[in-house]
This record gives sequence, structure tokens and C-alpha cells, in this order.
Amino acid sequence: MQRLTAESVTLGYDQRVIAENLSVEIPDHSFTVIVGPNACGKSTLLRALSRMLKPARGRVLLDGETIHSLPAKKVARTLGLLPQSSIAPEGITVADLVARGRYPHQGLLRQWSPEDERIVEESMASTGIGALGDRYVDELSGGQRQRVWIAMALAQQTPLLLLDEPTTYLDIQHQIDVLDLCAELHETQGRTLVAVLHDLNHAARYATHLIAMREGEIIAEGAPGEIVTAELVERVFGLRCQVIPDPETGTPLVIPAARKRGARVAGAVPVAGGA
Amino acid sequence: MKATQEETAGTKGTARSVRAVRTAGGYSFRMNVRASLVIVLLAALAAGTAVVLIGSGDFSMTPGEVVTTLFGHGTFQQEFIVTDLRLPRVLVGLLVGAALGVGGAVFQTISRNPLGSPDVLGFGQGATVGALTVIVLFQGGAAAVAGGAVAGGLLTGVAVYVLAWKRGVHGFRLVLVGIGAAAMLTAATQYLITKANLVDATRAVVWMTGSLDGRDWAQVWPLLVVCGVLLPLVFAHGPALRVMEMGDDAAYALGVRVERTRLVLMGSAVLLVAVATAAAGPIAFVSLSAPQLARRLTRSTGPNLVAATFMGAALLLVADWVSMEAFGDRQLPVGVVTGVLGGCYLLWLLVSERRAGRI
Repeated sequence: MQRLTAESVTLGYDQRVIAENLSVEIPDHSFTVIVGPNACGKSTLLRALSRMLKPARGRVLLDGETIHSLPAKKVARTLGLLPQSSIAPEGITVADLVARGRYPHQGLLRQWSPEDERIVEESMASTGIGALGDRYVDELSGGQRQRVWIAMALAQQTPLLLLDEPTTYLDIQHQIDVLDLCAELHETQGRTLVAVLHDLNHAARYATHLIAMREGEIIAEGAPGEIVTAELVERVFGLRCQVIPDPETGTPLVIPAARKRGARVAGAVPVAGGA
Repeated sequence: MKATQEETAGTKGTARSVRAVRTAGGYSFRMNVRASLVIVLLAALAAGTAVVLIGSGDFSMTPGEVVTTLFGHGTFQQEFIVTDLRLPRVLVGLLVGAALGVGGAVFQTISRNPLGSPDVLGFGQGATVGALTVIVLFQGGAAAVAGGAVAGGLLTGVAVYVLAWKRGVHGFRLVLVGIGAAAMLTAATQYLITKANLVDATRAVVWMTGSLDGRDWAQVWPLLVVCGVLLPLVFAHGPALRVMEMGDDAAYALGVRVERTRLVLMGSAVLLVAVATAAAGPIAFVSLSAPQLARRLTRSTGPNLVAATFMGAALLLVADWVSMEAFGDRQLPVGVVTGVLGGCYLLWLLVSERRAGRI
């Protein structure tokens, strides 16, 4: 039994059902990535796993107990989440923001222990923002800011960490930067990571366990090297492609099929030179 | 418990003004030096103004005499003037200011909007309609008017919460619904005044200006009880509110029961504002400006609940002193003074935000 599982959950908002009878197990100590086309329910599944969305039917289990019946602070000491959008309070410094990740470990009589201090420093060091402590979050670049939020989630010290599209809105070098950081955290700290990613090639390169979704259903799951094939990509994304080994890592690399020469202009009126 | 260790938190990091105070038993407290200093100074300002206010009037007393009398060593005449006449008025001012200050801080943080204070979101207007209904339709006495104000404020609170609800209450919708409620309630107020006879209308308008004149122990006790229960409750939820500043998702992730916390805090703030309004009438702008002024003085992030509370109390008493002293024999109701001060503050806020390029 894995620590985080969903048992035949039905997920949706109000009357709109996004996924029905969905079951999933997150392998312990894996870097699991969920992929799929827009509106396939991948973010919804992540929200359910992080107890932000209560399933209409079925249940999400954390260490064998229904996650929604556990005390909120207790869950927050086991399971962390990096939401898609968070608001940095005006005029807050990097160190102060990262320190807020210690909230689930604090109480009215235990507001700032030496352990809190040590963990905040470690979290900042392992995300490479150790020198930015006194800087204001507002004045950082997008990539640096995402590192700050990740550091805050790390300071929460949870064995499980969920990331909802951590690379969206970032330039390509910052996307790779954030994913390298996640891979490093996964390898060196042994945490279980679950991320929703848009880019299939990023997913195939970094995931140890891949979940491919379409229209609220899981189409395939397993190691990227075993499941990512041209047939799967066509089934999940409706995209014709070739899959070749990534020259850098040997993981599957998806090359979308080129438009057939002349295919699009078929039937179009050719532009004639002169009148 | 004695502090065995005191050090700056975070070697290279956490803002220098934050210190950790740790005790032998493994307890630890986070202390913001600047914020604590601001709170102490505001408390001193409020206490000092209170002493001056108690000493001024037709029978004037020196601050020394006031303090001696407060500790029970005054003459019979001084005792009467202080404890029966002037102390309750000053206490009402302190408590009303504190309630409005903390209520404003709670609502501005929940709505994530510096203008999202209870007197903009319709709670003050709701209390006014409740009070005017009692005055105009039932010709009720002072206690009934106060009861009407509390009921009006609470009903508005429930209505705004329910109308703004959609999978939780979010800042933007709360502001829109609140402003709509405020507009409708203002119309209802004006309708009630047109329906009133001259005596009732005069009474209604006086009530609506907001004043501390003639307040006695009958107004102090309910305020004291409500503040005594709700202020600690609100302060205890301060850390959760601080985390909620970062958005609901981030707060959930950190283990805050967001909707429950919001309900407790909004309920407390609405009740505090309603009881304050019942005691002194709708006093303008204290709940709008106190949290912002407090934040600028402490220069720290977060809702600054305690600082806003003391700022509200100090602001209201200073405004009361200005209303009594600054215009010679013509005393103004304190609501007029806070209105003028608040208007100036709002202009300053708009100008400074514009300079910073935010609007």
C-alpha cells in the first residue's frame, strides 16, 4: 500500500463531472508526473490528492486514512502543495516568505524554534536562494520567485510534495532550472514528488513514473521509457509523432509529425504574381 | 518562565527586526521589535489622551489629579466627575476605536483590499438602518436603538456572506457584494428619514453623526464583554490570517481550515463593528484608516491585528480630543472629526499609491 492513493473517486465542480471512478496510487519515493491535454482533469486530480477538492464519491487515502477526516495541520506536516498561483504579500522578504512554510509545525507557544530556523536556512540553501534572504520577493525574476515558493513548500518538511504546473509562465531556461531542482530534491532528499506538467518531453525526461490522462481517465501509467510510444501520444493528445531516444538522457523524445508539404494550401487559391 | 536565550532569527535572512525569544521549557515566541514598539507607543498615546480627556471640561483637573483619582485617592467631587461622568465616555471611545480598528484589519486582509473595510462593505450602514428602524418606526429608547444597530449589522453580515458565497468567499466578490449592500442600505436610511417626523428625524441624524457625548456605563459593559471575548479570539487566529494573505490554496496547503477561519474572523469582526456602532453611532473612517496607518508604522507584512487595535483606540480618542478642544466653544461630534481626518488620509493614500504606480 502506497502512502497516497485515490480509491474510485468521482471529481467535479458543482454539477459538472470531470472524472468518474478514478483510482490511482502514487508510488512512494517516485517523481510522478501527470500529463494530458487541456481539460483532461490532471489538475483536478492533483487538487483531489492534495485535499483541496473533496471527491463527490470515493476517497483519497493518506497513510490508509481518509484525507478529509484528518486534522488539517497534521496533513500539512505530511503532504505539501505548491499551488499554481499564490500571492506574495506586499513588501515581504524572501526569508519571511520561506519561514511561513513552518506554519503547520508552529503553535501559539511554539512560534519560532531553533529547528524552524535551521530548516528555513536549509530550504533556502537547497533551492539556491540562500543569498537572497533579505531581498523583497516583488523585485525577483519569475524563476527566482518560483524557487522561493518551492523553498517555502520544502520548509514545510513533508515527505510528499505536490506541484501544480510549477513551470507555467517561466522562460525555457527557468523551466529546466525548476525541473532540475525538483529532480535533485527527489534524488537527494528521497521525497515523493507529484507534478502536473504541460510539456510531454519534460515529463518523459524527469519523471520516474508517468500518468497519462485523457477526458478524466488514466490511459497509461508507468516508467516513461516503457509507456511513451507514438501510439500513446496519438491516443492521449491526438498528435501524430515519432518517438526517438533523447540524445542527452536516452528517455523518450516526442517529435511531432511535420505538416505535409502542400497539405494546408490544398483548396486555397494560389497567390498569383501580377494581375 | 524566563528567557534564557535571545537572538536574531535567521542568520542571513529573516528581517532584522524579528527576534526569537526562547524559554527553558522549549517555548518560543516570534517578536517583531519595531511592531512591539509601535504597539507600546500607541497604547501610551491612547492612555495619555484618555487622561487628558478625563481632565478637561468645565471642571478641569490636572493629569496628576486624574491619575490619583483613578487609583481611588481623589476628593468626593473628583471621584464623581471621573468615575460617573468622564471615565465611561473615554472607555467607550477606547473600546469603540479598538473594535473598529481590528474589524477593519480583519476585513481588509480577508478582502485583500485596503478599501475593503466594514464601513465600505455595508456593515456600518446595516447597523444604521437597524438603529433608524427602531428610532423612526418604533420610537424606541436608547437600549432598543443599540439592539437594533447590532441586529442590523449582524443581518447585513449574514446576507453579504451568503450572497458572496461560491465555493468559499473570495476577496473580490466580497467587495462587490458589500458595496452593493452598502448602496442599498444607504437608500433605506434615506427613505427612513423621509418617513420620520421632525423629532425622530433629528434624533436619527444626531445618532448617525457618531458621538461619544453622554455615554455612560450602560454603553461600556456590553462593549467590554464583547471586546473581552472577541479580541483574544481574533488575535488567536492572527497566524492563520497571516497565511491566508497568500491565497486560499497556499493556506490550505499549510494546514489552515480556510473557510472555517474566515467564518470565525468575519463573524467576530461583524459583531465587534456592530456593537461599536450601537454604542457610538457610525463613526467614519477609523476602521478604514487604522489598519493602514498601523501597517505603515510597523512596516511589517501580515494583518497587524494588535497594532491596528491600538491604532483604532488612539485614533478615536485623539479625534475626540480634537473635537472638544480645537474649535473653541463649538464642540463637534467625534464622527465629524474622524470623517475629515479619514478623508485627508484617503487622499494621501490615493496620492502615494499613484506615485508608487499601483493605480
